[in-house]
Amino acid sequence: MNQYMISIGLITVTAITSYFTIGLFEYKVVALILLLMVSLLAMLFDIFPVLVAAIISALVWNFFFIPPKFTFHVGSPEDALMFSMYFVIAMINTVLTSRIRRFEKKVRDKDEREKTITLYNALLNSLSHELRTPISTIIGAVDTIKENNSKLSDHNKSELHNEIEIASFRLNRQVENLLNMSRLEAGVLQPKKDWCDVNEMIYSVIKNNKENVVSHQVIFNGNENLPLFKMDRGLTEQILNNILHNALMYTPENSVITIQVAQGENTCRFEISDNGYGVPKERIHSIFDKFYRLPETAVGGTGLGLAIARGFAEAMDGTVSLENLKTGGAHFIVEFPSETSLIHSEIENEQS
Amino acid sequence: MNRAEVLIIDDEPQIRKLLQISLESNNYKTTQAATGKEGLIMAANHPPELILLDIGLPDKSGHEVLMELREWYNRPVIILSVLDSELDIISALDNGATDYITKPFRTGELLARMRSAIRRNQLNDPVQTVVNCGELSIDLTARIVRKNNEIIKLTSTEYNLFSLFVKNEGRVLTHHFILKEIWGVGYQTETQYLRVFVAQLRKKIEDNPNNPSHIVTESGVGYRFS
Repeated sequence: MNQYMISIGLITVTAITSYFTIGLFEYKVVALILLLMVSLLAMLFDIFPVLVAAIISALVWNFFFIPPKFTFHVGSPEDALMFSMYFVIAMINTVLTSRIRRFEKKVRDKDEREKTITLYNALLNSLSHELRTPISTIIGAVDTIKENNSKLSDHNKSELHNEIEIASFRLNRQVENLLNMSRLEAGVLQPKKDWCDVNEMIYSVIKNNKENVVSHQVIFNGNENLPLFKMDRGLTEQILNNILHNALMYTPENSVITIQVAQGENTCRFEISDNGYGVPKERIHSIFDKFYRLPETAVGGTGLGLAIARGFAEAMDGTVSLENLKTGGAHFIVEFPSETSLIHSEIENEQS
Repeated sequence: MNRAEVLIIDDEPQIRKLLQISLESNNYKTTQAATGKEGLIMAANHPPELILLDIGLPDKSGHEVLMELREWYNRPVIILSVLDSELDIISALDNGATDYITKPFRTGELLARMRSAIRRNQLNDPVQTVVNCGELSIDLTARIVRKNNEIIKLTSTEYNLFSLFVKNEGRVLTHHFILKEIWGVGYQTETQYLRVFVAQLRKKIEDNPNNPSHIVTESGVGYRFS
């Protein structure tokens, strides 16, 4: 509907402008100007509005510009020829342009579909890899233990048991991620807010990741001046946990990860930064996408961790963002609206 | 001592098998039920020392089984469930569950929780006046708390909170329960008081208040003292 209005409008405006400036150039030039407008419309709009524009412009040109004016009568054979040629050229122009555009769109759609299929295959590959690797480890280790029980040295047996343990935990984490993702997608997530001592929460997140901290260093200096914040502690823990886990997995050995928490304007803000390589600028906007993984990362993962972090933050009306530090390294910011309680000082005053 | 008998109510044969083997190799006797109804009958016919109860049973929910059990059975019931939502945990604890463990669980953790539940149940007489817990000790009659034999000064609310924890050692106490016990009815949702007092108490009794070893937070549920 809109396209029809704009098409007719453009022709009308052009015609009126031409009509009042007709002293400057011949009426034949007006045909070219109108044709130019029709061509422009053809590049932007669907075929039917443009056809309408082409017909109207031909009629307008005939009626207002070809002598004798204000009739559809055409005076000279030359003008008659001009009018028919105008009509034909406008039509051909419209039809051809529209065809080219349709063709282009088809090619684009096909590209898009191929890209989606590639992406889907990639995530299916990474997902099945992430799930099958630990399952293979478990089945293989159990078979070995069952079939070669007497031949295995105690050392090898305990190695196999360790492998089963590690594989099970890995499997558990991925299933946890998938469950969280489906909770998010189903839209059933209802944040349950309660008062939270954020310092305590961060210490416990760090503690839960202790097993992954091999050569890394995680620094958090509790912020004693903070009030209690009202938030869903479980979701917030997950967000911080996923970002911290990411930092531990994807920064080089001996990297330092720093966590900070502060009170914003009616918000609670967490910052997690590391001194690793950071994330290539052109990839930052995709890093929170579901199943997205940086191309050069070889270590296992499904590309769900940060997507869940973003989903959970949004469930609490908040945001997660990433920027690179000037000194290199990634800097994640998690921020969401949060009520605060100053009951702390109230109780301390009571006691003194 | 006789081997303590444990009733396992779970519909998954694999889980029952696993529990049977790990419990029997740790000196427990086990009996098994695959449905809630069967479990209730077995518990009534021959009351076990402890019950491990699954929530997702085929005939009735574990929550219902728990409530029916609690009408007469006052020994420990530990919930073993794949449901890990805080609401489920809280409702089970409020309905009288002694403890709650989510699947997948570590056998060591389960055994520790079982031991502590059984011990608490057997010591359930308030004759004890001095309770020791690692480097901490509390004299319940004199209302004195010591750490490494040195007296720690606690305010009256801090003391009440601490003695509540000590009396329920090893057990998860929900926020709701603690608030009702310490501050009384009407305060059950004022968790902010609880947060602040727990932080203060930790500063006084924990070696490292940031990484507490006695008062442990059970995220979204409550606290456990050990």
